[in-house]
Amino acid sequence: MIEQNWALARKTNKLTERARIVADIRAFFASRGYLEVETPHRIPANAPEPYIDAVSSGDWALHTSPELAMKRLLAAGYEQIFQICRVWRDGERGQYHLPEFTLLEWYRTGIDYHELMTECTELLYVLVPERKLTRQGRTIDLTAPWQQLTVSAAFSQYASMSLDEALVSDRFEEILTTEVEPHLGKARPTFLTEYPTCLAALARTKPGEPQVAERFELYIDGLELANAFSELTDPQEQRSRFEADEETRRSTGKSPYPLPEKFLNELATMPEAAGIALGLDRLVMLLTGAVNIDEVVAFTTDEL
Amino acid sequence: MYSCADLKKGIKLMINNEPHVIVQFDFTKPGKGQALYKCKLRNMITGALFDRTYRSGESFEPASLVERDMQYLYKDETGYVFMDQKTYEQTSISEEVLGDDKYFLVDNMEVKVLLHGERGIGVTLPIFVNLRVTQSDPWVKGDTAAGHNKPATIESGYTLQVPGFVDEGVLIQIDTRTGEYVTRVKE
Repeated sequence: MIEQNWALARKTNKLTERARIVADIRAFFASRGYLEVETPHRIPANAPEPYIDAVSSGDWALHTSPELAMKRLLAAGYEQIFQICRVWRDGERGQYHLPEFTLLEWYRTGIDYHELMTECTELLYVLVPERKLTRQGRTIDLTAPWQQLTVSAAFSQYASMSLDEALVSDRFEEILTTEVEPHLGKARPTFLTEYPTCLAALARTKPGEPQVAERFELYIDGLELANAFSELTDPQEQRSRFEADEETRRSTGKSPYPLPEKFLNELATMPEAAGIALGLDRLVMLLTGAVNIDEVVAFTTDEL
Repeated sequence: MYSCADLKKGIKLMINNEPHVIVQFDFTKPGKGQALYKCKLRNMITGALFDRTYRSGESFEPASLVERDMQYLYKDETGYVFMDQKTYEQTSISEEVLGDDKYFLVDNMEVKVLLHGERGIGVTLPIFVNLRVTQSDPWVKGDTAAGHNKPATIESGYTLQVPGFVDEGVLIQIDTRTGEYVTRVKE
């Protein structure tokens, strides 16, 4: 007796919602003059992130984000672009992680990260017209203004140690995830802002405050949803940050990546811009009340 | 040795020279930062549960335990009793030490009992087991949505989600790795 694949059949409602959300996102960006682009999934070199590992594909690799290709488009004169694509990050698997997942990235010239915060709010207004989310019996109010909290202030408010102490003792991620994140985006969404420059390899530093970068992460109900920054446009600075990250990779026993030379060359012609990567699967989770990321994709790698 | 990439539910590690099993596992990774591997572990000798968070680069000694083929007999006041069918030796494993595996034992089932010295401290279950549904509300007629599901309780007291068409008294197959419904079993 062969029964229908019930684990797959029971995802019908969530997958239907997902398709509607994706269609609404496309309509939102089209109405604002954004051009939808597609860049290759298989590329010669990713940005050398110290803690993101690519999946290799022959001599090349699958992209971990479309960021570098999208910035090359900005450098060539495209002013407003967005992309919805699959990306791959080796070894990332958990309640909120899949090694193959979907990113929504958008970039716009002539703005900084503050304007992206506004755009995040407006996108959520379109996706959730009632401006309220109910999660496990609690209501999250999506009406602006959303909370803005610097990383440093969040550590002072919620953590057992200061941001500096966490960085020096190499416990930043541990304290952030266990002590800080559970408080973020509970009553309203939270923008966690002003990351230490050492944690923002592709972001511009804040004028007059070189120790922090113009970067934010959006949290809703404790879940990290999007990462954004005012883009770094200085090729020399970008090269030296990549080299430093390469050194971190080497010193932690990871394989070094070739530097993305075409990107580094063309960065010289990229105008001021801001860009953001939003985890689409997690957004669908929030909007459909899913507890596990497995619920919002047809197949996880374990189900193949 | 295991690395963090090997950690998952069910993996057995030596910690302070005592065998431990991962009973819950989650991977988290904030922003572009380092990965964290959050484990709930059970000491396989004492049954004690505790949380540990590991980071990339750490390594772990696998707990290599002696296994013996045994048959599950019954539950009594000492716990769950197993017998070696060749020597007729018996061992009992307490409820705390057995953990959620107790839900998937079927009378007379053959399992591998994990030994610490002479003492049973756990079992390796078959991947699939068949257990009978003892309680589940009838399917609401007319609700034909694909993938309709409802809670059901099985003979061991464990509750899981099953398709709407699974009635009380039906024998179902369960995946012991995930605790999830697989299919109805034809009798």
